[in-house]
Amino acid sequence: MTLLPFLLAAWLFLVGLYGVVTSRNLVHLVVCLSVAQSSTYVLLLVVGYRRAATAPIFKDLPVGTRTVDPVVQALTLTDVVVAVAVSALLLALALQAQKRHGTLDPDELAEVRG
Amino acid sequence: MRALRLGLFLAGAAGLAGLLAWAFVDLPAFGEGRSVYASVVDRVALPERKAPNAVTTVVFDVRGLDTLLEEAILFAAAAGVAMLLRDAHEGETAARRDAVRSDAVRALGMLLAPFALVLGLYTIAHGHLTPGGGFQGGVVVAAAVVLVYVAGRGDAFDRIAPTSAWDAVEGAGVGAFVVVGLCGLTAGGQYLENVFPLGVRGALAAAGTIPVLSWSAGIAVAAAFVLLFREFLDQLRDEES
Repeated sequence: MTLLPFLLAAWLFLVGLYGVVTSRNLVHLVVCLSVAQSSTYVLLLVVGYRRAATAPIFKDLPVGTRTVDPVVQALTLTDVVVAVAVSALLLALALQAQKRHGTLDPDELAEVRG
Repeated sequence: MRALRLGLFLAGAAGLAGLLAWAFVDLPAFGEGRSVYASVVDRVALPERKAPNAVTTVVFDVRGLDTLLEEAILFAAAAGVAMLLRDAHEGETAARRDAVRSDAVRALGMLLAPFALVLGLYTIAHGHLTPGGGFQGGVVVAAAVVLVYVAGRGDAFDRIAPTSAWDAVEGAGVGAFVVVGLCGLTAGGQYLENVFPLGVRGALAAAGTIPVLSWSAGIAVAAAFVLLFREFLDQLRDEES
């Protein structure tokens, strides 16, 4: 079952996208997008995981100790920050949509002109 | 329309799921995957950079340029949110409606804020030694400030620390990152090269540019998050009018 963690990442991505496609509320849509984005954290950490290894912090460890991949952890950190930035911007846009058109339903917004 | 959209999605998702599963089969087995870069970073972090935390070494040294661009993304997002939300309340005549009115909650918030602040500063300062760094610590510092903003009186907070001050702090944080990068060039090296004295391992001021960049990122992230929260909390003003 070594494929299971990878499939978890794929499942998170697809279930998040399903939420985005079927969403009836822009705030809900932003949350679904966050779920889809979290699949990338899972995938990155899964790629860098090593059995019987410790965190790559050599404060009390000799150099050469078996550790998990620090590069993908740094990538995940970048990923989280970008996800927050995207969420904040989308939520601000949702707020403006509610203010100007009085609705958060993407289908109703599609009918709005100007 | 919805049925058509869902049908299209399901067909595409089924195809994507198949392709992903196909791709995963050829990846290194779970629990053994590890890039060549990981081995290099593990061997370089402590001996050549005096930074025990290999993750922070990647973020602020090996991939410093990526981190600079990542900060630019956060900077742009904060600016975008401000542009979208700030013009909404013209004149700002209505007083901000404080969400917290209970004295007990106010006192608890004020009591927790200094602890959160110290934890955040500790996380930034020890980023190259233990798990942490500018981004993680910056968010905790922002949480302490937001705690004061939410639990205290928003209008009084705005007089002491107006939005323009946070704008300046955020800009200074990002600017410091760029300037430290330029120090690499003036020292005859490459942009963001670690040219500062490395010091002794385990010291707060060791590891050259890593703690300096960590602090500048921490300051920029804290200010960006305070600005983001402020813009959203400021919307409470409109509800009343």
